[in-house]
Amino acid sequence: MITIRQLPQLLRKESRSLIIAVPWLWLALFFILPFLYILKISLAEPQLAQPPYTDLIQTDGEGLVTVLLNFANYMLIWEDSLYLDAFVGSLKVAGVSTILCLLVGYPMAYGIARAPVHMRLPLLMLIILPFWTSFLIRVYAWMGILKSNGLLNNMLMWLGVIDEPLDILYTPIAIYIGVVYSYLPFLILPLYATLVKLDNTLLEAAADLGCRPFKQFLTITLPQSVPGILAGGMLVFIPVMGEFVIPDLLGGPDSLMIGKLLWTEFFNNKDWPLASSLAAVLLVALIIPFMLMRHFERKSEEGQA
Amino acid sequence: MKMSKLVNSVAAMALTATVSTVNASEELHIYNWSDYIAENTVADFEKSSTIKVTYDVYDSNEILEAKILAGKSGYDLVFPTARPFADRHVRAKLYQPIDKSVLTNYGNLDPIILKSLNDIDPGNQYLVPYMWGTTGIGINLDKVKAILGDDMPLDTWRLVFDPAIVSKLSACGVSLMDDATEVFVAARAYLGKDTTDFSPAATEEAAKVVSNVREHIRYFHSSQYINDLANGDSCVAHGYSGDILQARDRAAEADNGVNIAYLVPSEGAVVWTDVMAIPADAPNPKAAHEFINYILTPAVIADVTNYVAYANANAAATELVEESIRTDAGIYPPTATRERLLILKTPSDKQARNMNRAWTRTKTGR
Repeated sequence: MITIRQLPQLLRKESRSLIIAVPWLWLALFFILPFLYILKISLAEPQLAQPPYTDLIQTDGEGLVTVLLNFANYMLIWEDSLYLDAFVGSLKVAGVSTILCLLVGYPMAYGIARAPVHMRLPLLMLIILPFWTSFLIRVYAWMGILKSNGLLNNMLMWLGVIDEPLDILYTPIAIYIGVVYSYLPFLILPLYATLVKLDNTLLEAAADLGCRPFKQFLTITLPQSVPGILAGGMLVFIPVMGEFVIPDLLGGPDSLMIGKLLWTEFFNNKDWPLASSLAAVLLVALIIPFMLMRHFERKSEEGQA
Repeated sequence: MKMSKLVNSVAAMALTATVSTVNASEELHIYNWSDYIAENTVADFEKSSTIKVTYDVYDSNEILEAKILAGKSGYDLVFPTARPFADRHVRAKLYQPIDKSVLTNYGNLDPIILKSLNDIDPGNQYLVPYMWGTTGIGINLDKVKAILGDDMPLDTWRLVFDPAIVSKLSACGVSLMDDATEVFVAARAYLGKDTTDFSPAATEEAAKVVSNVREHIRYFHSSQYINDLANGDSCVAHGYSGDILQARDRAAEADNGVNIAYLVPSEGAVVWTDVMAIPADAPNPKAAHEFINYILTPAVIADVTNYVAYANANAAATELVEESIRTDAGIYPPTATRERLLILKTPSDKQARNMNRAWTRTKTGR
C-alpha cells in the first residue's frame, strides 16, 4: 500500500529514471542500433547486387527459414597479417600523436589557465579559430606548406639552412604534423578546463613551506590534472585510430592504417561485410581504453572523496 | 526611362518566378567525373529545355559504385568507366534500358566503339559511350631527358617499372596510379605477359614488379599528379591521357617552363571508355534521356572534347573538334598506336579482391 506520504518520494524516483532514460535512448538509437546493423552486415557474404551483401535470413517458398551466419570475415582479419599490421600502424600513429599533442598542448593549456582572467577568452578563441575553416582545407594547406617546392622548403632554402628540399610530404612525419595540428584543440580544451579549476591555495601552501616551483608542478599540479590529460588524450587517441583523411592526403605509400584499409575494403573491394567486421573489431578494441579511463576516473574520484 | 527600366526588371522577375515554378517539376540529377564536361554544357542544356539540372561530381569509379550499390542514390544519369565498372553494374541489374527511339542523335555514335562494348552490354541496351582515352605515362620532357640522356626511348613502361631507371628518376618524382587493375595490367605488359590473366600467380608476378620499384615511387594516387606534373613537382606519372594533357596545358598557360609530354608505352597501354547510364531507380529517366540526346549532338560533344582533351565517341563530332586536338596523337592516337592498345578484361569479384589486397600489401611494403 502506498500512503500519501510516500508519494513524493515515488515521484522523485520515477522522474529520475525518466531523466536517465533520455541518454540511454540516445545511446540505443545512435550507437547500439547502428552497431547491431554493422554487426549484421559483418556476418553476411558479399554479392554483386543492390545491396552488395547477402541476407542473413533466407526463406524458401514453403516457410522454411534458414539463418546463415558467415564468420569467415573475422577469420580473415585474424589470419591475414595485413589487418593486424594496419591495426598496429594505427595504434602507433595514434599513440605517438597523443604524446606529441600532450607535449605541445600541456604548456599551452597551462599557460592559458595561468594567464590573467581577461586574457583567457581571447587565448582560447585563438585555439578554436582555425576550426572556422573546413578541416579538409586545413589539411590541404599543409600539403602546400610541406611539399618539396612548398612554403617551408622554399623558406629554409632562402634562409640557407638547407641546399636540397626536404622530403616531408608523403612521409610519416607529415602525418604526425597533420594529426597534431588538427587534434591539438581537442586536447587543450578539456585540459584547460581541469587546470583552471585547480586550487591555488595548495600551491601557496607548498611555496610557504619552501617547495620549489618545479616540484610544486610535479607533486601538485600534474597529479591533479590527470583527469584532464586522460579526457584530452582519449579525444585525440580514439578519432586518430580511425583517421582516414590525414594519412590519405599527407601520408606516403607506406602508411598503413585501419581507416585506409576500411576504405579499400568498402570502396575498392565492394566487400561491405569485411569492412563491417573491421569496423566492429576496431570499435571493440577502442572501448577497452575507454573503460580503462572510466576506471581511473572513478579511482581518482574515490581518492578525492 | 527609369520607370520603364523598373517595369522591365519587375517583369523579368515575374518571368523568372514563373519559369522556376514550371522547372520545379522537371529536375535532373547528374553525377559525373570532376572536370569532365565543358563549362557551358549544362547551362546551355538548361536554356534549351525546361529541365533544371543538379550537377554533382566524383573523382573515382569506386565512389560512384558505392552510391549505386547502396541504392536510391537519387541520380538520373551517371558516367561509369565501361570496364570493369559498368560491366559489373549491368550484370548486377543496376541500370535501366536506354530507349533509343527517343534518342534522335544516336546515329552519330561511332559504330566501332559501340561494337567494342557489345560483349559487356549485348545490343548496347544499357550503356551509351561518352568519352574514351588511354592510360599511359606523363613526363616532364626536359628533366627526364636530362637524367636519362637523349638516346633512351621514352615510350616504355621501363620509366616506371625498371628499377635501374626509376632509381635515377626517383629524386625528380615518380608516381603510379592508386588503382590495382591499371597498375597490375601495366606491370604485366612491361613483363610481356598476358594482360588478361588475373589469377593469384599472375597477380603475384605483377605485384613483384611494383615491389621492386616501390622505394623509388613518391606516391600512389590517381589525380594528384595533374597538379604536380604541371608545377614541375613531379617528373614521371602513370595516368590517364586527358589528365596528363590537362597538366601539359596548365603548364603552358602558366608559362613556367615545364614541358609535359604524354606517351603511350610501346609494350601496350589500357584503352578505356566512359559511358552514360541511367540507374534502375532513377527518379527522372525521361529527363536523363533528353540530356543524353543533347550530349549526342555533334557540336555539343565537340565542345566538351575541346575542353577536357579526351576523344569522344561521336563519329559526327570529330570534324567539329579543334584541329590542334583532333591531330594530337595523345588524344586521337594514330593507327600504329591504336594497334597496341589493350582492352581490359573484367576480373571476377574474387580476383578483384585478391588483387586489391595484394595491391595494399605492395604499396605499404608488406
